[in-house]
Amino acid sequence: MKEGYELIYKRPKALVDVRMHYCPGCFHSTIHKLLMEVVEELDIQDKTIGVCPVGCSVFAYDYLDIDMQEAAHGRAAAVATGIKRMLPDRIVFSYQGDGDLAAIGLAETIHACNRGENFTFIFINNGIYGMTGGQMAPTTLEGQETTTSPYGRAPDKDGMPLKMAEIVSQFEMVAYVERVSCDTPANTRKAKRAIRKAFEFQMKGLGTTFIEVASNCPSGWKCTPEESLNWLKEHMFPYYPLGVLKEPSKKKKGNAARRTKTE
Amino acid sequence: MPFKGYVEISIESCKGCNLCVIHCPTDCLALNTSDTNSYGLHYAYLTDEDKCIACQNCSVICPDAAITVYKKVE
Ligand SMILES: Cc1ncc(C[n+]2csc(CCOP(=O)(O)OP(=O)(O)O)c2C)c(N)n1
Ligand code: SF4
Ligand code: SF4
Ligand code: SF4
Repeated sequence: MKEGYELIYKRPKALVDVRMHYCPGCFHSTIHKLLMEVVEELDIQDKTIGVCPVGCSVFAYDYLDIDMQEAAHGRAAAVATGIKRMLPDRIVFSYQGDGDLAAIGLAETIHACNRGENFTFIFINNGIYGMTGGQMAPTTLEGQETTTSPYGRAPDKDGMPLKMAEIVSQFEMVAYVERVSCDTPANTRKAKRAIRKAFEFQMKGLGTTFIEVASNCPSGWKCTPEESLNWLKEHMFPYYPLGVLKEPSKKKKGNAARRTKTE
Repeated sequence: MPFKGYVEISIESCKGCNLCVIHCPTDCLALNTSDTNSYGLHYAYLTDEDKCIACQNCSVICPDAAITVYKKVE
């Protein structure tokens, strides 16, 4: 460091100092970084447990220096449920792509939310199956070309893209839902605040917390990282608007209170 | 008066995605197109230290956490 200067930002220590395998500009990396910044700020590195999905982020356990558990494809919510129920004092999150959370794992997702399981979903919605070569996902946009919808997603055959954040907001025991992105420094700062809030609500036992990231996949979308930001703004945000969909109400009791009453 | 700062970019961590370059408000970052890191990728570097205002936009947007930011003590 030069004399007369002070350090104001450096890579979080909880993010292992290795090169992540993600493609250049992929938000999987950005969200890994934000997660570990929050873990450091809240000083919960030895109390946080993450559950990895199947998808591009299958190796997240190599990068996040916390306890991690790998789940079978789509089952992260079930595994996170088990971990949180056995170790209720830990901060538990599942980290899942849209193929994982909204296709093969939809049942686990819906039922964990309906039960108000007290962990945090980090849901990376990039509109396709990134790892397997860019196939159509339940979240693929209308008209979007993928390797399995080469003429564009057609609603009459393929249905409409699932709005997971809107869907899980309907469940009474889901406490907090926000959709964020990392396309600008401002939105990335908001994404970090949202992750932090979700962990804080979880620590208060308020119920399920769900952060959907309107994410990118430059390789699967066949564009540069810069072009992927424009595509997000032009196509993803109009259908998947950013912002808070649900927040814990101050008056209502959280699930922790509800549970102790019945147990 | 805006702050005065400088950044250090880890050549090996950088993947040349260019996101820091397009989000720097004072245009003091660029990709080094005449050199690559060991992965064969052009990496970002600070072109003009005098222009850096320590805003952290680059370090916030950088997916690979390759950027360290310093601020001049007032
Ligand atoms: C039981 C099972 N079915 C299918 C697969 C193949 N598969 C691997 S990753 C994946 C989808 C990944 O997409 P997504 O969850 O959106 O994550 P991304 O790679 O985009 O981050 C699929 C279908 C598998 N590994 N296991
Ligand atoms: S394939 Fe897509 S989601 Fe996977 S690492 Fe590359 S850009 Fe990211
Ligand atoms: S801290 Fe701000 S001004 Fe300095 S290089 Fe980064 S983005 Fe540019
Ligand atoms: S944002 Fe990070 S990885 Fe991308 S070019 Fe800048 S320093 Fe390199």
